[in-house]
Amino acid sequence: MYEHDVLIVGAGLAGLRAALESIDAGKNTAMISKVHPVRSHSGAAQGGINAALTDRGDDWKDHALSTIKGSDYLADQHAVEIMCQEAGENLIELENMGVIFSRNEEGKLGTRRFGGQTVARTFFVGAITGSAMLHVLYEQTVKKQAKVYEEWFVTKLIIEDGECRGVIAMDMHTGKLEIIKAKSVILATGGAGRIFEPSTNALICTGDGLALAYNAGASLMDMEMIQYHPTGLAGNGILLSEGARGEGAYLLNSEGERFMEDYAPEYLELASRDVVSRSEQTEIDAGRGVDGCVLLDCRHLGREKIEERLGYLQEVATEFRGIDLAEQPIPVKPTMHYIMGGIKTDESGRTNIPGLYAAGECANVSVHGGNRLGANSLLDTIVFGRRSARAAIEYVSTVKTLSKNKTELNNETKRIESLVNRTNGERSATLRNEMGVSMTEGIGVYRDADSISMAKNKIVDLIKRYPNTAIDNKGKVFNTDLIFNLELGYMLDVALTMCIGAEERKESRGAHFRTDMTERDDKNWLKHTNVKKKNGEPIFYTSDVTITNWKPEIRKY
Amino acid sequence: MVQTAKKTVQITIKRQDPEIDGNKPYFQDYNVEVEDWFTVLDVLIKIREEIDGTLSLRCACRASICGSCAMRVNGQAKLVCKTKLSSVEKDNKILVEPVGNMPVITDLTADFKPFWDKFNAVDPYLRPGSEAPEAEYIAPNEDMVHLVGVMNCIMCGCCVSDCTVLEVKDNFLGPAALAKSYRFIADPRDNTENERLEKLLDDGGIWDCTRCMQCVEVCPKDVDPMSRIMAMRSNSLNKNMNKSYGARHANAFTSLIKSSGVLNETLLILKTKGFFNIIELIKLLPLAISAQLAGKRPPFLSHSIKNKDKLKKIFKKLENK
Repeated sequence: MYEHDVLIVGAGLAGLRAALESIDAGKNTAMISKVHPVRSHSGAAQGGINAALTDRGDDWKDHALSTIKGSDYLADQHAVEIMCQEAGENLIELENMGVIFSRNEEGKLGTRRFGGQTVARTFFVGAITGSAMLHVLYEQTVKKQAKVYEEWFVTKLIIEDGECRGVIAMDMHTGKLEIIKAKSVILATGGAGRIFEPSTNALICTGDGLALAYNAGASLMDMEMIQYHPTGLAGNGILLSEGARGEGAYLLNSEGERFMEDYAPEYLELASRDVVSRSEQTEIDAGRGVDGCVLLDCRHLGREKIEERLGYLQEVATEFRGIDLAEQPIPVKPTMHYIMGGIKTDESGRTNIPGLYAAGECANVSVHGGNRLGANSLLDTIVFGRRSARAAIEYVSTVKTLSKNKTELNNETKRIESLVNRTNGERSATLRNEMGVSMTEGIGVYRDADSISMAKNKIVDLIKRYPNTAIDNKGKVFNTDLIFNLELGYMLDVALTMCIGAEERKESRGAHFRTDMTERDDKNWLKHTNVKKKNGEPIFYTSDVTITNWKPEIRKY
Repeated sequence: MVQTAKKTVQITIKRQDPEIDGNKPYFQDYNVEVEDWFTVLDVLIKIREEIDGTLSLRCACRASICGSCAMRVNGQAKLVCKTKLSSVEKDNKILVEPVGNMPVITDLTADFKPFWDKFNAVDPYLRPGSEAPEAEYIAPNEDMVHLVGVMNCIMCGCCVSDCTVLEVKDNFLGPAALAKSYRFIADPRDNTENERLEKLLDDGGIWDCTRCMQCVEVCPKDVDPMSRIMAMRSNSLNKNMNKSYGARHANAFTSLIKSSGVLNETLLILKTKGFFNIIELIKLLPLAISAQLAGKRPPFLSHSIKNKDKLKKIFKKLENK
C-alpha cells in the first residue's frame, strides 16, 4: 500500500523544496519522479537567482517593479510582492544549506546584473547555479531520508468528489501500474519545451503535470506566453546563459553592430528577454543575420573571467561548436525556453481542485505574466515550492479518509495495455516532429492570426491521429518507447491550450507579439486567458489581473 | 545549421532484456545515416525514434548537465550527449555499451543503486558546527570558486564505470562518492572535517585508490576525482591520522627512501603490516611463495645509495616548504 499525506510529483527545485518543508512539518511525504531528482531540468538553469537583500541597501519593491514591468503588467502584483519580499530569506536559507554561491571581497554573497533589472541582484554559482542548488536540495532530502518513487511515471490524477486524492503511476522498472493514495498532491513537473522544436529544454520537459491537471479539470492560464531565450545555440538550441550578457557580452549583427542600441538604448543587451529576442528576429529577418543567427561576443571579457564565471558556457561552446569564447563570437538565436503560463494557482499554490497544488514552471501564480525575467524562475521554484507545501500541510489536517477507489487502477491498466498492444500505427516521433515544427512556426517570436490558426489546425489533426500511433517495445522493463508515447499525448493536450490562448488574446503583450495587432490593449486585454476542459472539450474564459501598487505604463528599456 | 554531407555509420549496441532469453547480453548492429555534427546521443535517439523503439536508454538535457547518458563508447565511459560521433568512430563504426561496474537493467540503462548507496554513505550534506548565522556564512570567494570545480560533478557515473579498483573491490567507495566527500571537507562552512576523514581511512576509503588516472581521464566535467582523493590523503597525514595500512604504507615508503635512498620492498611490507602482526603476515605467505617461484621475490637486504647526504638535503628542503 502506498499512502502519504503529501505526494509531490516532480523532484526538481520546486518539488525538492516542497518536500523539505513537508518533512520538517512531520508529514508523511513522498516525491514521485520519472527521473532521478538530480537529472531534473532545474539543473540546467545557469545564470542565477534574484533577491533584493535589504542588508546591502537593496529594496524588494524595486525588484517587484522590475518583475512587473518585465511581465508587461500581466503578473498578479500581490503574488509578485510575496515572491520579492520572501526572496532574501529563501536565498539565505539556501546558502545555509550549502549552496556555494559566489562571494564578494568581504566574503558575503556577490552579485551579477541580469536582464530587466535596474541593479545587480542576481546571486550565482559560476554558470551552474541551477545545478548547484539542485544538488544541495537533493543532499538535504538525503539527510532527511525522504521517500522518492524514483523513475515512476504518473499517468493520471485520482479525483474523488471533486478533490484530488492521489495518482496512478507506473514503476518504470517493472512496468506495473500502482495507485498511490495521498491526502494532497503537489504538481512540480516543470515545463513543456519539447512541444517546440528546437527548444533549450531537456527531452523530459513534456508538460506532464500541466496535462494531468488539465485533464482533471484544472485551468491552464496564459498558455500563449512562450519565452524565447535570446541566446540559444544555433542548431539544437542548447542554452547559453544570460549570465554572459550579465557579465558584459555583446550581441552583434552581421555588420558587427551592437544592434540593441537601436531597440533598447538604456538597457541594451540586458533588456527583458522578449524585447531582445524580438530585436534579434527583426535583425535576422532584415538580412542582418549570420546564417539565421546573430552573434554573442564575449571576447572583450577576457579568458580569465570567461573561465571563472562562465565556465559552463565555454564548455558548451567548445564541445558542441568548437568555438573558444575568448577568441571568437558564437552564433545564437531566439529559442523556445520557458512557459510563463501554467496551472492556475493562487499565491499558495492552490488550484481550483481542492487537494491539488502546483509550483514551479508548471504553475502560473502569476509572477511572470507576459515575460519572465532571467533568474526569477529559480526564485519562483523555491518561494512557491515552499508555500505550496505549507498550504498542502494545512489542508491535509482537514482530510479524514484516503481514496477508496478500486476501478480507476484497472481502467488505467487496461488503457495502457491496449496502447502497448496496438500494431501498425504511426510512430510517436513522426507526430512529435510535426508538432514541434508547426508550433515554432505558428506560435513563434512573431505570430499572427494565420500562423496561430495553422498551428491550431495542425494540433487538432495530430490529436485525432494520436490514438492510432503504435510503439515497437511491447516489454515491461524500462519501456522508454511507451513513456514517449504517453508524453506525446500530454504535449498535444498542452499545445492545444497554447494555441487557444494565442488565438484568443487579441493584442500584443510580453512574449505574445502579434504582427496583426501590434499594440498592447489594456482596455480589453489586461486579463488572463484561461483554458479548462469540460465534457472532453476545451473551454476558454478570462480572469482579472491583480493590480496593487503599480499602474500599467508604457514599457521601454 | 550548416548542411553537410550525410554518411552511413554502423553502430553496434550491447543489448539485453530481462524478459528475453534470461537477460543474456547480445550485440546488435544498426546502420544509420548521420550528419557530421551528430553526437553519439543523436545517433542513439535516431535509432530509437526511427528504426527500433525497443532500444532503452536514459537521456534528458542533451547539454552535459543532467548526467543521465553515461555509456561506454568503444570501451571507454563517455557522456554521449557531448561526444561527437566523429571523435569516436573508426572506419565508420562504433561500439556502445552500458556503463561498467554497475548491474544492467536493460540495454543501455544501468542500475545506479550501488552508485547512490555509496553517495549516501559519505554523509553527503553540509554539517555546520554552530547554529546558522543571521545572514549568510562569511567565506572567501577563492574557496567557493575552488568548490565549483567539485560541484561541477553531475553524478553521471563515468568515473565509477571505468574505475579499475571497483572492478576487483566492490566495497571501494569510488571516485564520485569520494569527490563528494572532499566537497564538504574543503568547505569552510563544514565543521566535521576530522570526522569525515576518519571515516574514509577504513577499508574501501581513500587509501584504496591505485592512482590509475582512469577517473580523471573519463570525467566529462573535469572534476578530477583522483586529485581530490590525494588531497584528502595529504590532509589526513597532516592531521597524523597514521593508523590505517594506507597511511602506514605511505609513511614507510617515505622513511625507507629517506634513510637509504632505495625502496626495500620486504621492509616496506613489514613496516606497513607491522613486524609482529603475525596474522596479516601469514596471509601474505602464498604471495611470497608464488613470488619466490616466479623469481620475483624482493631481496631481504638492500644497500644504501652513495649520495645519501644529497637525498637528505632534498628531503629537508621539501619538509621545510
